[in-house]
Amino acid sequence: MTQPEHSGPLNPKGRVLVVDDDASLAEMLSIVLRQEGFDSRVCPRGDLALAEFRDYRPDVLLLDLMLPGKDGIDVCKEIRAESGVPIVMLTAKGDTVDVVVGLESGADDYVVKPFKPKELVARIRARVRRLDAPSPETLTIGDLSIDVAGHSVSRAGSSISLTPLEFDLLVCLARKPWQVFTREVLLEQVWGYRHAADTRLVNVHVQRLRSKVEHDPENPEIVLTVRGVGYKAGVA
Amino acid sequence: MRTAAGALRRGLTFWRRSIQARVVLSTVVLSAVVFGAVGWFLLQQTRAGLLDDRVKAVVAEAATETGDAEKRLAGVPGTEFDPDRQKSQLVKPIIERGQTRGFSVILSGPAGPDAAGLAAGGTIASPDLDLGSVPARLEEHFRQDSTTSWTYTRISYLDGTNRPDEPGIVVGSRVQLPADGQSYTIYYLFPLAQEQQTLDLVARALLTAGALLLVLMGAVTWLVTQQVVTPIRLARRVAERLAAGQLEERLRVAGDDDIARLGTSFNQMATNLQRQIRQLEELSRVQRRFVSDVSHELRTPLTTVRMASDVLHDAREKFDPATARSAELLQTELDRFEHLLSDLLEISRFDAGAAVLETDDVNLVDVAHRVVDVTRVLAEQRGIRVVVQSPHGPCLAEADVRRVERIVRNLVTNAIDHAESHDIVVLVAGDAHSAAIAVRDYGVGLAPGESAMVFNRFWRADPARARTTGGTGLGLSISLEDTHLHGGWLQAWGQPGAGAQFRLTLPRRVGGPLRQSPLPLVPSDAGLSRAAESAS
Repeated sequence: MTQPEHSGPLNPKGRVLVVDDDASLAEMLSIVLRQEGFDSRVCPRGDLALAEFRDYRPDVLLLDLMLPGKDGIDVCKEIRAESGVPIVMLTAKGDTVDVVVGLESGADDYVVKPFKPKELVARIRARVRRLDAPSPETLTIGDLSIDVAGHSVSRAGSSISLTPLEFDLLVCLARKPWQVFTREVLLEQVWGYRHAADTRLVNVHVQRLRSKVEHDPENPEIVLTVRGVGYKAGVA
Repeated sequence: MRTAAGALRRGLTFWRRSIQARVVLSTVVLSAVVFGAVGWFLLQQTRAGLLDDRVKAVVAEAATETGDAEKRLAGVPGTEFDPDRQKSQLVKPIIERGQTRGFSVILSGPAGPDAAGLAAGGTIASPDLDLGSVPARLEEHFRQDSTTSWTYTRISYLDGTNRPDEPGIVVGSRVQLPADGQSYTIYYLFPLAQEQQTLDLVARALLTAGALLLVLMGAVTWLVTQQVVTPIRLARRVAERLAAGQLEERLRVAGDDDIARLGTSFNQMATNLQRQIRQLEELSRVQRRFVSDVSHELRTPLTTVRMASDVLHDAREKFDPATARSAELLQTELDRFEHLLSDLLEISRFDAGAAVLETDDVNLVDVAHRVVDVTRVLAEQRGIRVVVQSPHGPCLAEADVRRVERIVRNLVTNAIDHAESHDIVVLVAGDAHSAAIAVRDYGVGLAPGESAMVFNRFWRADPARARTTGGTGLGLSISLEDTHLHGGWLQAWGQPGAGAQFRLTLPRRVGGPLRQSPLPLVPSDAGLSRAAESAS
């Protein structure tokens, strides 16, 4: 269901897969995204989402949590298992455990309904925008070595698979190992938010990152917590 | 000294708390009083009985002795005229017999109304006897009367004899001495040592029996109260556990007596309570579920409307003026609707008890600056400056930063709403137990009594006054709920024309005690502005 006659530039900024069962909302989202220059496709069912994802290969996934066929959380886990593509959750419950569960299951970000279209577009842009031309750079943090241009992290020669967001988070910390980053600063630098949003985003993603890069996630050595302030990189 | 006072206090506490101690002690005290009365009565009865018998015997013996003496005097030939010899003839055999039978004798001088006392001399007495053993009352009797008489006394002996004083009976009789025809009085002093011993014995026996009975009473009372108190104490413990939330706790009921029935009723009560609490929990759960469902169901269509409105709003230049204005109105009213919806959902979450704190160490100074930054645009539209006055260091409190920011934001926007182009001051202060933030405006102020009503839902100071900042009327109510969730205070002060001050006080630790706020509720410049007003 690609849109051949979009009003934006002929070369779309990115492709967005909208997984939402509410037909009106999905159509409205498509309209707004098209206006902003994104190509989009709608999938109304959770159990069809994965097939649609493989077929469409989107740059960003907009995922409602309550879906017929399959729960949004499960869809999120499935897609995360095979791809690091940015996932933004659409949720009606911004202050419940749903958000934390969603983030823990692999979503990069979330927007709470009712959201302003500009806010959503800003989030999508922040997720689609990659560092334009990363200079060849190699960082070390703990016993990890990071190839910034090649988007890869390895420990003793074996590579560790990170999502783009987790990679950005790690690079942000590793570039300034002497600095303690508050959650607000991390939100701004990694997620691209001007104003302080939900700091749970940072907490959950630090946990996810730790589960992948730490020897013992209970006693982290790579991403250290500074109580009452935020996080910093472990000693190289 | 202190330990003694402490022991006394502990003793008093024990006394206050232990029914058992009180019952046992009062039983023992009452029994002691009753036993004492009964013992005293018994002792009196025994004494009276013993003495009556003794007095009868003693008087009879004295009469016999006197009779014998009179017989002897009658047998004396009439030629005997020496009264001293006759006196000694009369008394000596009696004294001798007295020594063998254990009584003492005194023969006093010639009697008569003018006779001198025993102390004047002229007496013949048993050896060792102190003449003072005869009470003056008896001597007096024999000055006027000649009949035989008796009385109780204390028999004392001369100092050199080492015989202790003893109680006794003294009997006096008159004899006439043929030699000079005068009357003489013979006093017989019978000791009551035997009776005293008997009485002592009885008293000792009574005392011992009484003491044993008291101990027995105490023990019995203790046992009886123990049987009653033990189930009560068990019930108390179970009740305490129930109160602490362990709703499954029940009393063990054995038997069919009053205590067992008390236990059964107690358990029934606990079961009912448990059921009610379960029902309330269930209701609360349903309510929460409902709120959450409503939230979801309302939010999805609202999102679509919101986006559609945005698209229309962005394209409004292409519309004719009426349609363009409609698009603008749609946009602003959607903003209001969104605020109202989220505030309503927030309030219903508080009502359902579903609001939870996510606490962290929050610096109120940072919060104040952030809120001022966020509200700057709104304030500048009104030409209002918002100033933060804070100490140099941080003012930390354990709090939910999202909620605290919302409270302060509500207070500041509320102040902007009512400041009437005067500046607004945000004060921050902290002490060892609490941290506080106060928002002071110099606007219309509050009428008397309104400072309590401002936190009511949808309350308006002046119903005719238009809301201009798009407040929903729920902001301060939500702030108050947020504050209560922290165990803090949110209070308002205001005076018509002198502005208002809203003060938020939070304990340093969640659930910590809050006794005073580091900031005064009534601002120090409250009187000043009133003075300035009255001067102008």
